[in-house]
Amino acid sequence: MRGDHRSAIVAIHAALIAALVCLQVVVPPFHHMLLARIMVLAAYAIGYNLLLGYTGLMSLGHAMFFAAGMYGAGLPLFYLGVGAPEALLLGIAASLVLAVVIGALTLRTSGASFLIVTLMFAQVFYLSTLYFNRITLGDQGFVLAGHLPPISLGALRVTLSEPVVRYNLALATFAVCLGISLWLVGSPIGRVLVAIRENEDRTRMLGYNTFAYKLLALTISAAIAGFSGSVYAVITSYVGASFAAILYSIYPLVWTLLGGSGTALGPFVGTAVMTYTIETASRFTSSYLIVVGVILVALVMRFPSGIVGALRQRWVPWLP
Amino acid sequence: MSTKRISRREALRAAGIVVGAGIAGVGPRPLVPSGLRQVVYAASPENPLRIGFQVHRTGIGAVYGRWWERTAAAAATYINEKGGMAGRPVRLVSEDDGTDPARGAIAVEKLTSEDKVDLIFGTLFSNVVIGSAPRAGELKIPYLVVSEGYHVASGKLNRYCFQPGITDVRAQLTAISSWIVNNLGKKITMIYPDYAFGYDHRDFWGKGAARLGATVQALIPIPPTETSFTKYFSRIPADTEVLYHVMVGPGVPTFVKELGEYFGSKRPHLFGFIDSLEGVDLASPGLEFLEGSHFWEAFPRYAGGYNTSFERTYRERLGVSASGASARDPKDVSTYSHMFGVWETLFVIKQTVEQSGYKRPGPKDYKAFIETLERFQGFSEGVGHPQGPKKFVGRIHQAFGQQFISRVDTKRLTVVHKTKVEDSLYPPEADYTKQPL
Repeated sequence: MRGDHRSAIVAIHAALIAALVCLQVVVPPFHHMLLARIMVLAAYAIGYNLLLGYTGLMSLGHAMFFAAGMYGAGLPLFYLGVGAPEALLLGIAASLVLAVVIGALTLRTSGASFLIVTLMFAQVFYLSTLYFNRITLGDQGFVLAGHLPPISLGALRVTLSEPVVRYNLALATFAVCLGISLWLVGSPIGRVLVAIRENEDRTRMLGYNTFAYKLLALTISAAIAGFSGSVYAVITSYVGASFAAILYSIYPLVWTLLGGSGTALGPFVGTAVMTYTIETASRFTSSYLIVVGVILVALVMRFPSGIVGALRQRWVPWLP
Repeated sequence: MSTKRISRREALRAAGIVVGAGIAGVGPRPLVPSGLRQVVYAASPENPLRIGFQVHRTGIGAVYGRWWERTAAAAATYINEKGGMAGRPVRLVSEDDGTDPARGAIAVEKLTSEDKVDLIFGTLFSNVVIGSAPRAGELKIPYLVVSEGYHVASGKLNRYCFQPGITDVRAQLTAISSWIVNNLGKKITMIYPDYAFGYDHRDFWGKGAARLGATVQALIPIPPTETSFTKYFSRIPADTEVLYHVMVGPGVPTFVKELGEYFGSKRPHLFGFIDSLEGVDLASPGLEFLEGSHFWEAFPRYAGGYNTSFERTYRERLGVSASGASARDPKDVSTYSHMFGVWETLFVIKQTVEQSGYKRPGPKDYKAFIETLERFQGFSEGVGHPQGPKKFVGRIHQAFGQQFISRVDTKRLTVVHKTKVEDSLYPPEADYTKQPL
C-alpha cells in the first residue's frame, strides 16, 4: 500500500520541510530560536524513535548519546580550537563509538532489563562528566561563545551565532535525520527491524541475525542522537552535564509516545506539541507543569498511539 | 424522556475538568498571573520599567526560588513606594527556568523577545547562569545574576553579565580562611559535594589554606546521588583538627546525623557553609550534633546577628521573623544568608538606571547602563544594601562584601566574627571592559 502512496509520502514530508523553510521569515525572534531548538530536539527524538518505534527497544539511556555528541563536539571546540564542521563530525563519531561498545553489552538483554541496563550506563556516563570535572567543568559546564570560528564556504563566511545560520543548521539537521529515518524504515533493513519489534524469535528463525540488526538500529539511533547533541551545543553555545542526566533520556521517550511511536513524523509533532504546550501554559500560570501534565494525560488517553499514530489509524493508513 | 448513560471516558473527562478547575482555584498562585498582568502593565500610562526576573520556580532550586521571588517582590514594592526608578514604577516579569540550563536560555530569550523587558536579573544556580549567559550576550541585554559562583568574576561569561549584589565563593573563602586557621586548627579535611559548587570550595580553600600555613589533610568529594555518608567518614584522617563541610540538598540532615553517630562526643572542630542548612530549622531533630560548631553566613539568619536599622527594615519588609522563618509560618525557614542579593541587585539596578539616564531597551541606553555600572567603585550600606557596604570591581563585574562567622548556640546561630570587605578581595583574572558592546 505504501508503494502506491510514495508520491504522497514524499510530498507530505517535503511540505513540512518547505513550511519550516518559509516559517523562518515570518515568525518573531523568540519563536525563530524556539523552532530551531524544536527541530534539533525532534531530530534527537527521530533517532530515539528508530529504536523504540521501529525496533521495539525502549532505552532510558539516550541522554548518554546526546551528551556524547555534545561533549564530542564541544570539548575539541573548547580546548583544541577545531572548526565547527570537524567538531560536528567528532560529536557523531563519539556517540557512534559509544553506541557500538555499549550496544554490544546492553543488547544481550531485552525488555525491562534493556531499559534498566541502558539507564545504568547512562548514569555512569553522567557521573563521569561530573567526575572528570577538570576537563568537562562538571555540572556548571562551559560556554562555546568565542570558540566558534566562522565557516568559509567559498567566498562566503558563515557566522554560527547568526540567527539565520542557526535556524538553517537546525533545519538541515532535522531534514537529514528525517530523511535517514524515512529511507531506513522503507528499506529492507527497516522491514527487518519492524519484524524484530513484532516477533524477534520468528525473525531469527527466518535466518536473520537479529542481534546485528538491533546493534545497527542502536548505532544509527545513537549517531542521530549524537548529531543532534553536537548541533544543540553549537547553536546554544553551551555544553553541560545536565544534558546527560536522566531527564534528557525521558524527554525523547515522551516526545515519541506523544507524537506517535513508529511514525516518521511523530517525533517532530510530539516535540513541537510538548514544547509549545509548556511555553503557552507558562504564560498563564506558574503551575504550568500541572497543566502540561493534565494535557499530556488527556492526549495519551485520547490518542494512545500518539497524535500521528491516531491519524494513521483513522485516515491515512499508508503514512510511514 | 430519553436517558443517556455516562461512559467511563466521559466520567474521566469530567473529573479532569473538575480537578483542573480545583487546581486553578486553590493553587499556590492564581492561574492568571504573568501573562495578563503584562498586558495591563504594557497599557499603563505610568511607563513602567519592566524587569525580567529569571527564577527557579521548579526543579532542584525551587526552595531558593520561592524566597528569591518573595524578596524580589518585597524590593519592588519598597522601591515603588519610594518613587520607583528614575520616577518610573518597577514591574517584575517573572519566568521560570526550571533550574535547567536549556530552559534558562529559553527564559532569557522569552523575556527579551516576547516580554520585551528592559533587563534581566535574578537567577541562582551556576549551571543555569552559565547556560543562559551566552544568550544574554547575543541578545545584548544586561543580565544581573545572584548566584555566588566564581563564573562571573572568572571572566568566562561576557560583558552583559554582572553579579553586583552578592559576593562569590572565592571571595567568601578568601575572607574567612584566616579565622578558621587561627581559631580552629591547621590540619583540615574537606567534605564537599562532587560537583562544581564543591569544586570552588576545594580549589580556593586549598590555595588559601596553604598560604596561611595550614594543610588540607584529605579531600572527600561526595557524589550528588549519595544518601548515606558513613562510609566516607572512615577516610577522615585521625589527626584532623578541622572538618570543613559544605553539603547541599535534602541529604544534609542525614549527613549530620551520621556524622554525630560516627564521632560521638569526640570530634574535630566542625566548620560548615550555611548553604548546607539553608531553609532548614536548626532545631530540627538530628541536628543536635552541630551544637558548638561554626558556620559561614553571608547575612546572619537570626535577628541581632547584624543589628542595624537597615537590616531590621529589610527583615520587616520581607516578613521574616527574628529566627529567620516566615512571620506567618515558623516552619517556613528562609534562605536568609543569600536572598539579600536579590534585594540588593534591584537597588543596584535602580542606582544604575538613575545615573546612566537609561530610558528604553536598545544599544545606546544599554551601553550607558553597562558603562555606568562598570564605573561604580562600590555601594554604601543602607536600606538598599542591608548586608553591608560593598566594593565593586568593574573589570570583573563582581561585588565584594563582608562575611559573618556564627556558632551554633542552643539551636540557633550566634555571630562570633565579622570580616572586613577588604578581607575578601583577590587579584582579578579578567577584564570584561575590554570586550566590545
